[in-house]
Amino acid sequence: MIKAGLIGLGKMGISHCAILNAHPNVDLVGVCDSSKFILSALEKHGSMKCFTDYKQMIRQSDLDCIFIAAPTRFHAEMVCHSLEKGLHVFVEKPFCLKIDEGRKMVDLAIKHNKVNQVGYHNRFIATFNEAKRIINEGIIGEIYHVLGEAYGPVVLKEKGSTWRSHKSEGGGCLYDYASHVINLIQFIVGAPQHVAGTVLKSIYSQDVDDAVYTTLLYKNGISGQLSVNWSDEAYRKMSTQITVLGKDGKVIVDATECKIYLRRENKSEGFEKGWNIRYITDLTDSVDFYLRGEEYSAQIDHFIACLLERKTENVSSFASAFETDSVVEMLVADNSSRI
Amino acid sequence: MERIILGDNQFFAVNHLSDEKSRAQAMRFRTTNAIIEVLDIAYDLGIGTFMCTTHDRIAEVCEHIRSQPSRYQNFKIYPCMPYAHKYANAVTEYGVIEALKRFMPGKMLETAAKGGFALIRKDFMEMMKLLVDAEMKMFTGIKTEVIFLQNIITDLILGLGMYDFFVGFAKHIKAKYGAEPGFITMNMPFLLDVLEKQGILNPIICASINKIGFRMSGGKESYEKTIMERKFRPMAMQVLAAGALAPEEAMEYVCKQKKIESIVFGASTRNHIKQTKELIEQMSSRFGL
Repeated sequence: MIKAGLIGLGKMGISHCAILNAHPNVDLVGVCDSSKFILSALEKHGSMKCFTDYKQMIRQSDLDCIFIAAPTRFHAEMVCHSLEKGLHVFVEKPFCLKIDEGRKMVDLAIKHNKVNQVGYHNRFIATFNEAKRIINEGIIGEIYHVLGEAYGPVVLKEKGSTWRSHKSEGGGCLYDYASHVINLIQFIVGAPQHVAGTVLKSIYSQDVDDAVYTTLLYKNGISGQLSVNWSDEAYRKMSTQITVLGKDGKVIVDATECKIYLRRENKSEGFEKGWNIRYITDLTDSVDFYLRGEEYSAQIDHFIACLLERKTENVSSFASAFETDSVVEMLVADNSSRI
Repeated sequence: MERIILGDNQFFAVNHLSDEKSRAQAMRFRTTNAIIEVLDIAYDLGIGTFMCTTHDRIAEVCEHIRSQPSRYQNFKIYPCMPYAHKYANAVTEYGVIEALKRFMPGKMLETAAKGGFALIRKDFMEMMKLLVDAEMKMFTGIKTEVIFLQNIITDLILGLGMYDFFVGFAKHIKAKYGAEPGFITMNMPFLLDVLEKQGILNPIICASINKIGFRMSGGKESYEKTIMERKFRPMAMQVLAAGALAPEEAMEYVCKQKKIESIVFGASTRNHIKQTKELIEQMSSRFGL
């Protein structure tokens, strides 16, 4: 059994807590949060040991690994401390707020040879993996453009009071929503080298952006656009879509379906000329325990499998999330260069 | 429980197969009247039970049902609570404690005091009951013989190992509403083990049951074995695996497992509802049900 600890019992933390606690190969020995309220519910009705000081939890629990779902501004300190104590680390996205800290965490994980993963769960959705495969195998030909979009109804009023509404704490659509899309674009076609015409727009929020629009530029001539808005009430929940255009066709992919348009029939793949659709139901493997999407269980399964197999290569490594942070930083710089 | 039950995903833009289809549904059902029209079609075809989430718009449907008692004499609703997005959005916006305060009924002074007191004392069982009561308010005067815990909450409690909430929920539903508790889950074999250990015997469990094993955690074989060998009242949902299966083979798979008591399905047109109902009846009788 892998002994795990968990820091942070917000929305993602509680979700990780349930998945870890139900995991056949994991013994969730300790959980930690600064809020006594949630902790006391777990203490009273659950069976985990609860802490308010994560260092104390690490000291007293003989952990193999740690899951960090605390607010982003605490990531660097918690990740470094955990790595130095010899733990494998899973940390929520976004990875961190300062590039220097990100680099330090990547280096430290390599130095200590520990499994390192960031919670970009879209990388574990079968449709996005299918799109990546189709593009990598050259089925739509040479890629020339990518469009990444995400819309959802998070901030719909002028007033907000949680950490999401504070820039200094990693709030805002850029860190919270757009980072997912940037990370996915990177996963499917790679990271851009430059960005231009970035607009970080506040719609309802005072301190942070609610929408992110930008142009992505690649060295090899690929171009891209990013359009992300978390203040769009027309969506019931976050909807993410990536469109990739190639010389022989295009792929439009979201969490439920992967649509492929081909200019010519592809017999070996079973694709016809014109539109083809691959549905999530045909592509997804079932998980041992399901909470709110196969991907949330699958990413934890992957982390645990890496640990058991002693391999530090990872589908969503610190290094890949650091690359996303670097693009985020380019966007911030590009936006402020015009202000 | 009735054999055939109408679900509500189609009304609230929930489509597990396509975001595009769910947008089209959102457009079609933007008015409550459009929902009521479909309910009327189903009711007149002999489907008298509607299983639905405690979405704000269901309150308007309930209003309509109450306004015509003779028309809807045999109409039943199986509420599924809570509508999780409502809470999730509030938690994102206000944080956990503030969100809880907002959902604990504050109109009646007595409940407000009770709710406030429960919050201060961290009496989570009491809070759960108050939240259930808040969700149940919209169904006053409507027959609700089974009241379900939505899968996101069932499976969260299951994962966290806070099993006494299942017991608390079941007791409260029986005592206060004279109804049967039901549990929706994506982890049926695991849940049944836990419920039995908690003394909740022969429970009503609604789970994805379909030929391709979609959302059947623990695997299709383990589901089939559990249904065959264990004592509980299974209700099948997602029998079409979000549309990935042809109706005939989908219903054949479910109907041949004779212990499945009820089938819940979603449809939006007269033809579709009629065909599905006839198909279930035909398959059921083929397997001697």
